[in-house]
This record gives sequence, C-alpha cells and structure tokens, in this order.
Amino acid sequence: MSNRVINLLVPIISIIIGLIVGAIVMVVSGYDPVEGYIALWTGIFGDSYSIGNTIRQITPYILAGLAVAFAFRTGLFNIGVEGQLILGWLAAAWVGYAFELPKVIHLPLALLAAAAAGAFWAFIAGFLKAKFKVHEVIATIMLNYTALYIANAAIKKLSDGSFKTERIHESASLRSPFLRELTDNSSLHYGIIVALLMVVVMWFILEKTTRGYELKAVGFNKNAADYAGMSVNKNIILAMTISGMFAGLGGAMEALGTFQNASIKPGFTGIGFDGIAVALLGANTPLGVVFGASLFGSLKYGALNMPNAAGIPEEIVSIIIALIIFFVASGYIIRVGLQKLSKKKEGQ
Amino acid sequence: MSFLEMLYFIIPSAILYATPLIFTAIGGVFSERSGVVNIGLEGLMIVGAFVGIFVNLEFASSLGGATVWVAMLAAVVIGAVFSLFHAVASISFRADQTVSGVAINLLGLAATVFLVKMIYDKGQTDMIDQPIRRFGIRYLEDIPFFGRLLFHDVYSTSILAFVVAIGAWFIIYKTPFGLRLRAVGEHPMAADTMGINVNKMRYIAVMISGALGGLGGAVYAQTITHDFSHATIAGQGFMAIAAMIFGKWHPMGALGAALFFGLAQTLSIAGNQIPFIENVPAVYLQILPYVLTILALAGFIGKANAPKASGQPYIKGKR
Repeated sequence: MSNRVINLLVPIISIIIGLIVGAIVMVVSGYDPVEGYIALWTGIFGDSYSIGNTIRQITPYILAGLAVAFAFRTGLFNIGVEGQLILGWLAAAWVGYAFELPKVIHLPLALLAAAAAGAFWAFIAGFLKAKFKVHEVIATIMLNYTALYIANAAIKKLSDGSFKTERIHESASLRSPFLRELTDNSSLHYGIIVALLMVVVMWFILEKTTRGYELKAVGFNKNAADYAGMSVNKNIILAMTISGMFAGLGGAMEALGTFQNASIKPGFTGIGFDGIAVALLGANTPLGVVFGASLFGSLKYGALNMPNAAGIPEEIVSIIIALIIFFVASGYIIRVGLQKLSKKKEGQ
Repeated sequence: MSFLEMLYFIIPSAILYATPLIFTAIGGVFSERSGVVNIGLEGLMIVGAFVGIFVNLEFASSLGGATVWVAMLAAVVIGAVFSLFHAVASISFRADQTVSGVAINLLGLAATVFLVKMIYDKGQTDMIDQPIRRFGIRYLEDIPFFGRLLFHDVYSTSILAFVVAIGAWFIIYKTPFGLRLRAVGEHPMAADTMGINVNKMRYIAVMISGALGGLGGAVYAQTITHDFSHATIAGQGFMAIAAMIFGKWHPMGALGAALFFGLAQTLSIAGNQIPFIENVPAVYLQILPYVLTILALAGFIGKANAPKASGQPYIKGKR
C-alpha cells in the first residue's frame, strides 16, 4: 500500500471506528443505535431546511480548521482559535451596529475588523514565542480565557448591562434572502462563500508565494530555515497572525451571518477546539479542511435531532467526535495495522 | 469591614478554592516529570467531579458521614482508569500528546453530560445533601490571629492537599521511584539504558495524574458547587496546568502557585464584597491568573524549564 493511500485511509478508518464505538456506547446505554444514526442522518440531510442549516454550521468550522491547519503547517500549534474567534465575533458585531455605511464598504469592513481582532490576539502568542520562547500551547490556552472574559465584559459595557449587543445593521449582514428561500427558511448565509474563498487564500499563500514557502520551511526544520537565511522569529509571528486572521473570520460568520449580534458566553463555543480535529482530519491541507469541517458541521447539527427523534442525548456525537480525534491522533497504530494487513496480502 | 475581618474572609476562601487546584496541579507534575504532557487535566477533573457527585447522590443515605470519602475514592479510581485513554494514545500509540489531551477534555465533558442526561433525564444533577463540611480545629483555632485565619474554617480536604503536596515532594525527590520518574522525563534513552522501563514509568505517572485530577474534580464539586453540570468544571483544569508551570514543575511550587490562584479566584468571585477591590472591574480580576501565567512564562518571574523529554513519545532504538 502506498503512503498516499495510507494517509487517506487513516482518517477514514478513524471515522468508522468512531461511529462503531458510538454505536456500542448507545447499545450499552440502552439506546437503539440504528434509530440513533437514522435520526442523525435525517437531522443532517432530511430536508432542504436541514441541509441549509448544516452548511451554515460547517461555515465557521472551515475557518477554524484553516486557522489550526495553517499554524500546524508552519510548525505551530494554535489552541487559541477559540479565543481569537470570540474576539473576531465581537469585533464584527461592533462594527456591524456602530457604523452606518453602504453595504459595499460596511460588510468588508466588518469582516476586516474580525480578521484583525483574531490576528492581533494570535500575534500576541506568536510574539511571545518568538521573543520570549513562551510555548504557544500554554500561551494560547491562557489567551483563550482572557479573550472570553474580556469579550463578556466588553459586551456588558457596550450594551449597558444587557447580555447581548445591538443587532447589526442590514448593511453589514451576511444574510441572504435568496439562500434562505432556496433552503426553506433555514439560516444559511453568504458566509460559506467567504469561507471557501479563504480556503483558496490559504492554498495560494502556502503553495504559490515565496513567503508561504518560507513559512513551510520553518515548520519543517527551523535550523535549516535559519541556515538558509530565513528569519525564523519573523516567520513564527507572521504564521501565527495569519492563523488568527482565519479564526477571527470564523467569529465574523457567527456575528454577521448566524446570530446578527454578540452575546455573553457562559463558556467556550467549542468551535475553536473542534477546529483542531477538523485540521487533523484534513491532514492540514486546505481542501482536506473542507472535508473535515463538513463532517464535523454535519455531525454537530445533525446531533440536535437525536434527542427528539430517537430520545438519545446529543452528547453522543461529542463522544464520537472525541473518539475520532483519538484515533486520528493515534494514526501510528492504524498505519502499523494497515502495513501488516498489506504484507499479509502480498504473502499470499 | 476592617482589614482583619477582610483577611479572615479572604484567606480561608482562597485555601478552599486552591485545594482542588493543588491536587490536580500535582497530578500534572507527576505526568510531566515523566515526559507526558497532560493538557487533559480539565477532562480528568470533570470526570472526577461527576463521579464524586454521582456516588454522593446515590449512596448518601446508606453511607452517611463516610459518603464524601467514598465518593472521593471512587473519583480517584475512575480518574486513574480514564487517564488510561491518554496513556495508551500518547505512550503506546505515539499520538501527539497535546491532541490526545484535547481529546480527553472533549471526551470527559461529553461522556459525563451524556451520563447525567441518561441517568437523571436532565442537564444537571440535584444538589448533594452531604457536602464536605468545614470545621474548626480545637486548641489550634484559639491561637491569636493565625487560629482564626487558618484553623477556624478548615476543610479536611485542604489538609489532605497539603499532605499530598509534601508527599509528592518526598516521592519525586527522595525516593528511587522519583529518581526514575525524573530520569524518564529528562532523558528516556539514558534511563532505558540503565534498565528502567520507560513506558511503564510513564503509564504509572499518567495514572497518578488521573487519580489526582479526579480527586481534584471531586473535591471541587463536593465543596464548592455541590452538583454536577456541564459548567461545573470551567477552566480549573487549565488553571491547574498554569499552577504547575508557575510552580516550575515542582510539587511545592505548584502548591504555592495553586494557593495564589485560589486567592485570585476568591478575589474575582467575592471581589464585590471586599473594600478597595470592589471598585476594580471584575474582568481584571478574572483574567489575572491567566495574564500572570503568561507573564511568568515570559520570564518576568524567573526562568523555569519543562522536563526535557516532555511531549515526545519514546521510541526504543531511535536516536
């Protein structure tokens, strides 16, 4: 079996094992897995309304996945997508309601603000890593909490003590009557186009620009990149900042598309953490992220149908997602298994 | 409120909030000293909190006063077992330890909320009738100033936390086991050459971190929240990681850092009742522990290095 095939098989096998273990958990807990998975399936693809909402759910996952994948490709681990996303959400909502501008300026400005907010928050972690050797995993975890509390305090302040900001103006909204009508009044919005555009942007940066080549080189081997005359520190900061930009845009999808405001959050959204899994499943490639995000967005949205249609707590899907992450991360053991299997076949 | 009254209010509360962090952070010390990064402490605390509350609710009527201890013991055992996920993935399957830890966090939360909904048919449990209660230590609480400050409103679990911290220091620095543990975390190949079973040591260390993380969660739930929901443990595990780093991967350092974070948490939760601090916007107090951790890591409080092999799977024969 070639390496390429194995690389493709590892995530697929992980997903299958995840679903099987999920079924076992349902059986052990006294639920009917067939009924459960049918409820999940109809929750995702049942009618055009569900499909519209599923695509809406996929949108921020694509951007969160891109953020994690971009950092991974440059040798960094950005667990801070969650915090960057929350600040991007807030920035987009604020620009969305505080200004009155024509749509051609307002919407891009709101998106830009979100990207800038996310980029800035990630820049801090990149700067700390480059200048003070602070490990980005710990720094971004701490920055996540800081972002959550700051955003909540800011929302309270901006809204004079309420729990959510004003609704954004129509001129900053990503909502689309056309897409709504097409999907039976779902909350599908134009964000998916922005997200797919960003997929192309990431591909372009990494594959078609000199800077992208440098960023990847630093990810492969810092010392070699340094020896070749590249500034490792500068590239670390830049890579983190671009990663944060994707994350911030993920927040903008929620602010300008789905919710039309920013509200106080009792805890994390989870989108940023799921972005890690999305990136892993997608092997950190832009196109792979689209597939990973599609899987996660579908599972997450479809799960909401499970309590009603099958009486199964929706958390079963979170269990399955966590298991899939485990198996993808433990790809080594699946590789070993596959290689043994293919050798046996050759021997026959 | 006079300054003295303020101290009498803040210090016992700080120790209360610090106690779960002490257990969990010291669990983290064991794991990282053996070379396994454990971002999953949050998930382990969640599992411990759930087990603690579950056992407490189910057996309070038959066990009476012993309930809380049985609940904590159960959390220790289940925490150790649950941490095996992380151990198997990161030690035997050579998974990225950070990713595996993230998965532990997701799985811990999802599995426990799933169980709560399955068992109780609602999103959160009832309140427990038998929480861990505070008491005054006779004679010691009569000492002027310090008696009221440290021995008037104590929880037995807080005393246990100090014992565990000192015990961990003794084990890690004064016993052959501790020497092996540190060797495995600094230079696994050299340790292997000396006949130490690297993977076995790491399995034991991760299970200790699971046991202590579970204990930390059970203590938090039974002293502070008294019930279990998805929001019972909200960041305490990460704070414990911060305490571990702040404490420079040393049990006593972790103890000190946890006490400090306990103080920070007290200020952020009860800040509006405390003179001087009531005027500081809550958000500054809330982000204080995290910002301080970042500053500490950036070297403003002195450099500390993680165990050298931390985060790397040990592959026999690979140089």
